[in-house]
Amino acid sequence: MGAQLRVYKRRIQAVTATKKITKAMEMIAASRIVKAQRKVAASKPYATELTRAVTAVATGSNAKHPLTTEVETPTRAAVLLVTSDRGLAGGYSSNAIKAAERLRERLASEGKEVDTYIVGRKGVAYYGFRERKVEDSWTGFTDNPAYSDAKSIAAPLIEAIQKETAEGGVDELHIVFTEFVSMMTQNAVDDRMLPLSLDDVAEESTRKGEILPLFDFEPSAEDVLDALLPRYVESRIYNALLQAAASEHAARRRAMKSATDNAGDLIKSLSRLANAARQAEITQEISEIVGGASALADATAGSDK
Amino acid sequence: MAAELHVELVAADRSVWSGEATLVVARTTSGDIGVMPGHQPLLGVLESGPVTIRTSEGGTVIAAVHGGFISFADDKLSLLAEIAELADEIDVERAERALELAKSDADAAAQRRADVRLRAVAVR
Repeated sequence: MGAQLRVYKRRIQAVTATKKITKAMEMIAASRIVKAQRKVAASKPYATELTRAVTAVATGSNAKHPLTTEVETPTRAAVLLVTSDRGLAGGYSSNAIKAAERLRERLASEGKEVDTYIVGRKGVAYYGFRERKVEDSWTGFTDNPAYSDAKSIAAPLIEAIQKETAEGGVDELHIVFTEFVSMMTQNAVDDRMLPLSLDDVAEESTRKGEILPLFDFEPSAEDVLDALLPRYVESRIYNALLQAAASEHAARRRAMKSATDNAGDLIKSLSRLANAARQAEITQEISEIVGGASALADATAGSDK
Repeated sequence: MAAELHVELVAADRSVWSGEATLVVARTTSGDIGVMPGHQPLLGVLESGPVTIRTSEGGTVIAAVHGGFISFADDKLSLLAEIAELADEIDVERAERALELAKSDADAAAQRRADVRLRAVAVR
């Protein structure tokens, strides 16, 4: 076998092995999307009921709560960025990071300091490499988050927002995550969780044509709101984590699908080249034989004379 | 009208039970409260404890609820809890083991959780 042909054969082998791996990853991601989507759907009843309850207290009582009232001049905001633990998911993490950068710039232009909280190893690595300050970070569960994870994330955030701004607390709470729209579409979005903009919530419920009844609060509207809002934040974070997980799997599936397709194309063009090299080798051998034979024939014809 | 109320018992990550009922008894921070159809709209904070639901078929559903909220309006009652388990789902031996472990570790939260589970099973 010629040297050229051998090189092509080796490359085809390597690409075939890669293709097998990406194909397997694609199929794993595809099966996990379904599971993740199911989890998003399962968490929906709790989230909707909780939102209803928050709306009911907020609109049905005049209770003033630090978590619902906007500060006149907010000076510090916390941003929770949700990225993935692992790569090979196309632009998934970098899109979320970019969205966080945009939000950060916007907040800075409004004169607010930004405290960053990060979920996922990719985000931690990005901030670590640039030596930026990260208040807190969590890793290890982005592909399959549990409610307890959302709880552990929410705890320091709620603590920060309840502290006075002068003592290192924050006035606002934003979250950046990748919204799962469909198998093909996932958008990195930012969202203000707190202070709760009650207008939005109230608007949503009136749009649905629901009239909220006058509730009797047990023990009191303030106490209910006190207990309700942390749960609301947790549930919002949980929902964001689940959507982000579904988006991560979808992004990974897409990235691995295009990697598999590219590997297929590469194998095809490499085998064409290998075929041409083999043919060239054969042609050369034949012309060598023919040349040798005719030279031999010429030589014998000469000696006969 | 046969007096009924629609109950949704949801945990953070799943819907635990839903159906029609005639009476729901739950423990709020200010005491036990019983809700029947036609009750005034109510929103309360739940204590950890068993919740009793009398279904319209005459049966009884007991669930262990670990904190959460009760909200009632228009004959629709929702029980929201971070963790909620039906009494039938609770593994008694495991809960007892958890209680022993929590006692020896002096883990108050875990002890309370295990205790609530066992109480829910006891009512069953």
